[in-house]
Amino acid sequence: MAIVSAALAVAAIALAAVSGLPGLWLARERPAPDRLAASLLGLGAICAASAALLVAAGAPDATLALPWRVLGERVTVGLDGLSAFFLLPIFGIASLGSLYAVGDFPAAAHPRNARRLRVAFGLLASGVGLVVIARHAFAFLAGWELMALACFFSITAEDEREEVRRAGFVYLACTRASTLALTGAFVLLHSASHSFALDGLAQIDPATGRAVFGLALVGFALKAGAMPLHLWLPGAHAMAPSHVSALLSGVMIKVGIYGILRMASLLPPLAAGDGAGILALGAVSAVAGVAFALGQHPLKRLLAYHSIENIGIILMGVGLALLGRSLGNREVELLGIASALLHVWNHALFKALLFFGAGSVIHATGEGELDRLGGLAHRMPATALLFGVGAVAICGLPPLNGFVSELLLYLGLLHTLVEQGGAPRMLAGAAVVALALVGGLAAACFVKAFGVVFLGEPRSAAAARAHESSRSMLAPMAVLALLCVAIGVAPQIAAPSLEAAVRSFDPGLAAAGPGLREVAPFDSISLGAALLLGALAAAAAVAARRVRWPAPRDATWSCGYAEPSPRMQVTASSFADTLVGILRWLLWPEVDAARVAGPFPEPARLDTRLPDPVLDRVALPVARRLAEASTRLRWVQQGHLHAYVLYILIAVVVALLTTRGDLG
Amino acid sequence: MTPLGAIAHLALAVLLPPLLLGVIQRTKARMAGRRGAPLLQPYYDLAKLFSKGIVLSRTTTWVFLAGPVVAVATASLASLLVPFGEKAAPVSFAGDLVLFAYLFGLGRFFTVAAALDTGSSFEGMGGAREATFSALAEPALFLSLLVLVIVRQSFSLSGLVGEDQSALWATAGVPVALACLSLFVVLLAENSRIPFDDPTTHLELTMIHEVMLLDHSGPLLGLALLGAAQKLLVQSALLVRIAVPLPDGPEPLRWAAFLAAILALGVVIGLVESTMARLRLRQVPMLLIAASLLSAFGMVLLVR
Repeated sequence: MAIVSAALAVAAIALAAVSGLPGLWLARERPAPDRLAASLLGLGAICAASAALLVAAGAPDATLALPWRVLGERVTVGLDGLSAFFLLPIFGIASLGSLYAVGDFPAAAHPRNARRLRVAFGLLASGVGLVVIARHAFAFLAGWELMALACFFSITAEDEREEVRRAGFVYLACTRASTLALTGAFVLLHSASHSFALDGLAQIDPATGRAVFGLALVGFALKAGAMPLHLWLPGAHAMAPSHVSALLSGVMIKVGIYGILRMASLLPPLAAGDGAGILALGAVSAVAGVAFALGQHPLKRLLAYHSIENIGIILMGVGLALLGRSLGNREVELLGIASALLHVWNHALFKALLFFGAGSVIHATGEGELDRLGGLAHRMPATALLFGVGAVAICGLPPLNGFVSELLLYLGLLHTLVEQGGAPRMLAGAAVVALALVGGLAAACFVKAFGVVFLGEPRSAAAARAHESSRSMLAPMAVLALLCVAIGVAPQIAAPSLEAAVRSFDPGLAAAGPGLREVAPFDSISLGAALLLGALAAAAAVAARRVRWPAPRDATWSCGYAEPSPRMQVTASSFADTLVGILRWLLWPEVDAARVAGPFPEPARLDTRLPDPVLDRVALPVARRLAEASTRLRWVQQGHLHAYVLYILIAVVVALLTTRGDLG
Repeated sequence: MTPLGAIAHLALAVLLPPLLLGVIQRTKARMAGRRGAPLLQPYYDLAKLFSKGIVLSRTTTWVFLAGPVVAVATASLASLLVPFGEKAAPVSFAGDLVLFAYLFGLGRFFTVAAALDTGSSFEGMGGAREATFSALAEPALFLSLLVLVIVRQSFSLSGLVGEDQSALWATAGVPVALACLSLFVVLLAENSRIPFDDPTTHLELTMIHEVMLLDHSGPLLGLALLGAAQKLLVQSALLVRIAVPLPDGPEPLRWAAFLAAILALGVVIGLVESTMARLRLRQVPMLLIAASLLSAFGMVLLVR
């Protein structure tokens, strides 16, 4: 039983890894290779889902030894509740994404890029999968690097565009930095515990444990895209093809969360301050992420900043769980970890849905700028409805899934507020307020995005000519939307997987603490959702009875003005103007506005931008200075292979001379 | 809570709101030296709207129809979470205060989306203001509820305001008073009353809530107005249950005291509307942030 679940997980990873390969030898103008890749990934998703179901049903943890030894230690992979919990969305979103790509990114339309992307997309999914089942630092790093490189090639699929290449290189620099931090963490772990195993509890003293955790946190937060380490995220999400954006945002950045949870369960218990720090980091990331999203005009960039916000919400749950664990408050720990884990699923569902919706809009109009869209609900009714579901879900509004995980987080924070004293209590109060502010700002941002794109009149000819997307693009969106409703109305369906994941995160909690279903008000949430749906049906029935159909149609009342034009509608930047103005001390918006004066003014233009605070204002200028300063070292770069081999040899010799030789 | 009690509660939540509006309007008329419309005028207005036909804009979609429907549905469900005259609301669970706040968020999402659906620049402006100000009102609402959570050690609205409030005032009078003040500001802002918005003005540029309804007509307009009035009633009920200790007597006495307190709050709102001018739009965020700071101060007094 146990071996079966682990074998299924390995099979899913293998299927994903090879999903793009057959297409390399098949004719590129036919849809067959796209469909084959989607089928292979679909098969992988079925394997992963079966594995996750087995684990949720109580299959014991399984470990498989690979035929590979490092420093005398077997490299192993394994499947426990935590791995299975992450495995399910990885392959679910990947298979839906490849199905979506059949319509959105077919090889026939992208002869130069599609075949390479297909290979990279499958490898990306398998790399992420390998990371979450790795039980040895080398397997972990192998998966991590596979994921990083495949991700680079996925982001830069359309590398004929300069801004795509730029986003790719920023990503590459960040992922190198995160690998460096992780390597440091694993080396430190090994030097203290003499083992690279990521299983059980590492035998190291708490001080070293904290150092390992701190290094790993930097690496994982870089990957997760927590503010202020998010610098690669907006560009990569905006420039990648839409199904890649969905996989990046829905799944890949969650690996950072997985890593933090795995490290926290591996290392000796941390101090209360560490959990509080992560909680504060999450709150900052959530508020700043949504604040920057408000001022973005490209639709996919806006969604990317919401990923930073949602990673922040997840990190708040993680921090709360660690805080609860170190304070010995089991209810807080359980609510924190449950909210973080459930939000991982929820965000994978609604963010993939939203990126698919954005891709559908871009596919239909060739336009991703909010202010050139509008009125698409008439021409793309299905996309509009499905995007609307995602928009309501991401705002955390009932009766959809985002509400459930946010409610658990609120409850955990309220427990801390009431049951703890001193600093944790203050922090919990501040976090509740931050979460409330994030909810309000996210609703403002998504009603803006939904309204400007789908409602009103088209603002450009491209928007007026839009067409509904094909069924292979709509079907994945419909699946995701249905799952958003399902978890929102019946969160109990997620409970077995959640319980299994909590068991492997903290066995002591699951054994002695209160049960998940006693702490989380799943049944009350179901009742509330059912009542809400009932109230909606009743109100709709009243409206339907009183209104005489068909109602006569006329022009929108424009307050007596005779010649309204679609360009007079509220735009994305005018909708968010007041909020951006209030937050300008944080956002530093850039505005180019010509003065309009006199009775017959000249034509004028207004341009508003929100550059990224970390990338555009800190990282790039610093990198430019560094590059200028290091021109004198350029002679080191010869461009000859033998020179680099020599450098490596020198480095190895120096390393051997300076270490005591106790590694072997 | 018996099913019959729940039905009575819901009926009150649907039928009482226009009376509250009538009281506010009558107070404003009296303060202005006019006799004013009958107290029941809002009922007549709604009845008239519900029997009229509608005209739809060619621009609009299903979202436009969803706006008023969602507003009424969410306000009705939110009313089930707040105790009126009874000790515990018909629906109550740990964390229902989050549901309470987010239900209004859902209603607002669709009200603003319906305004954007018309493509009218005026309605879009109103929607932008509504989204902006309510985002800033959210922290104030949560902060004032947090004050009660800390004092009462409960996570449900019924636990916070269901029992006798005099003990609450005796143990934590100052923080609770600050929370009440902050909630009152939120109540005025969320329901588009003066000084945030003028519900009677017909100059489109100055409005928030009314301007979003410019294109609604007939029963749809009726539903939208009813939903807004229900929201006012539900949020007033929450404030009343915190601020006014109801007598610990038999059920009918409590209900009578509750109704009297709600109508008195209507008079207070009418007095505020008569004696204040509408703020300039740029000053609105400052007042909302000030409201948050008031309850934050109350919270700090409790957790120091």
